[in-house]
Amino acid sequence: MSDTATKTKPVTILQAINTAIADAMEADSSVVVLGEDVADPEDGGVVGVTKGLSSRFGDHRVRSTPIAEQAIIGAAIGASLVGYKPVAEIMLMNFTTVAMDMIVNHAAKLRFMSGGQTNVPIVVRTMTGTGFGSGGQHCDYLEAWFAHTAGMKVVAPSNPADAYGLMRAAIDDPDPVLYIENLPAYWTPGAPPETGHVVPLGKAKVVKEGTDVTIVSYSRVLNEAVAAVEAMEAAGVSAEIIDLRTISPWDRETVFTSVAKTGRCLIAHEAVTQFGVGAEIAATLQSEFFGKLKAPIGRLGAPYAPVPFSKPLESAYAPDAKRIAEAAISLKK
Amino acid sequence: MTSNYAPDGATQLEIYKRVALLKANDERSRKVIMNGRLVMPYYSYRGQEVIPSAMAAALTDDDYWVTIYRGIHDMLAKGMPLNDLWAEIAGRVDGTCKGKGGPMHLTYPKKGIMVTTGIVGSSMPIANGIAWGSQLSGNDRVTVATFGDGASNIGAFHESLNLAAVWKLPVIFLCQNNLYGEHTTYEKATSAKRVADRAAAYNMPGVRVNGNDPIEMYAAAREAVERARAGEGPTLIEAMTFRFHGHVFGDADAYMDKAQKKAAMEADPAPIFRARLIAEGIATEEELSAIEAAIEVQLDEAVEFALASPFPELDELTKDVYAEGVVA
Repeated sequence: MSDTATKTKPVTILQAINTAIADAMEADSSVVVLGEDVADPEDGGVVGVTKGLSSRFGDHRVRSTPIAEQAIIGAAIGASLVGYKPVAEIMLMNFTTVAMDMIVNHAAKLRFMSGGQTNVPIVVRTMTGTGFGSGGQHCDYLEAWFAHTAGMKVVAPSNPADAYGLMRAAIDDPDPVLYIENLPAYWTPGAPPETGHVVPLGKAKVVKEGTDVTIVSYSRVLNEAVAAVEAMEAAGVSAEIIDLRTISPWDRETVFTSVAKTGRCLIAHEAVTQFGVGAEIAATLQSEFFGKLKAPIGRLGAPYAPVPFSKPLESAYAPDAKRIAEAAISLKK
Repeated sequence: MTSNYAPDGATQLEIYKRVALLKANDERSRKVIMNGRLVMPYYSYRGQEVIPSAMAAALTDDDYWVTIYRGIHDMLAKGMPLNDLWAEIAGRVDGTCKGKGGPMHLTYPKKGIMVTTGIVGSSMPIANGIAWGSQLSGNDRVTVATFGDGASNIGAFHESLNLAAVWKLPVIFLCQNNLYGEHTTYEKATSAKRVADRAAAYNMPGVRVNGNDPIEMYAAAREAVERARAGEGPTLIEAMTFRFHGHVFGDADAYMDKAQKKAAMEADPAPIFRARLIAEGIATEEELSAIEAAIEVQLDEAVEFALASPFPELDELTKDVYAEGVVA
């Protein structure tokens, strides 16, 4: 296979994350990986995101851990204090709750509390997302908690190229980064990233230009917004779609530029709407554009309820293309 | 207890210098607070001085230490300079953390003082990671995690001991058992007869020693250090001691047994150690008095240095949140 063919063959988000970690480990011997089942004897992760890494880089640098989330994040923090760049996997986002003390009280704050003497360059990888019938404790989107924590950065890619580029940026960032992976989207194919491609943290991307409504989203729901374009166009609504990519710090400049043009904004995410990321963006926009908006800012998220198991309920839980289209169209009415 | 690692006279004197410094620093801290010159939450360690003094004497500057909010004695024993400490607890810009950490978050990597946590039990998971770093690097640095008896009942203790044993990490879990977790007695809160017994569940050596006895404490510390340096894995040391004051300085400590407290204070390890050094000819009364007098002078200077140091500028509020400054 020629180089060109390799580069143009679509890859999945899962493959892109795997390649990004491998490339980072190849480039920098201080990058290490730990988490439950991450090494190859344990299948390289429950869905195989870290497959091949321990065989290639050794058991020392890629370590399967006990099921002990405090111990995992504590080990990552400690190693980072003495020069390593750990990529720690917390298998599911709901399991971050078990490690909240380590993440919120320690990883996020040690730089500040030490007056800049120490820093915690760790990546906490975690997967989540509805769609697989996991019920109430395996697929929540909890990104607002971490975005609310000074000292943390939060990213959530929606496609393979960004997944790669954000991972490379996150690993090299001097501060702790929560990296959110969507389970159903792992196998979504997309254009392959260039080796070494970096997506700077804090930079959003205008996925599609438009003139009537700005739609701000991230992770899997961003792709639902893209899938809603046809229905919106049919209704005479031209949507500008922004993939936030980094949730905190979020790219105000890109969002402001777009809303200045459209005068309308819809924020869509899988997390519950109340007190969510959409609330922060909406509040900032109303402050910036008070009196200039053509419609109230819309927020679309999950209802204020745990994720249900029953399929019809689960399907109705997160915003989909249909609901996004309806919400965007209603903003223009 | 094995006597393979009994401290010689010079080592005992080194330990005593630390004990004297720690004791004087605690007395000065309470005095300065009582005089109203300093306002801070203060967790007195009086009575526990021998433990970190002996532990630190078994370490080098390159070794690491992670401690908890009742940890100023640990940090001083490991070598945090008095001026940096005092300016920090006064919230001043010359403090080791520019005044932004305070007494519960002292940090001084130059001497291996990596983290002081205000969360019970949280010293241990991070100490594991530092020790993992030593293992990855192939250096022989040892990491000490200190904590109290109360912390042996929190999940982080159990997760940490298990991981340290599974990974054979060069870490020492040093429990300072002062018989009280906040206001509650050891017996009321802890199912195990001895914290050290819990080591068996994690397949690591666990020893209970008299933490107020410098010889016994040093021997246990050395043995654990040698074991860690040799790549043989972690050790749990339960060092028995007693906290002379309440949980936080200023609380009425009505929950403490008065007779027990009186007996413990009468058995104050610092003067007993001092008398023994003289009786055994390791040091003279004059030598020890000179050491103690020098400490008082250093403390005078440190307190004045701290109180003369400026408070941080208000723009420090948003510095050090991220490397590049606040991004929100």
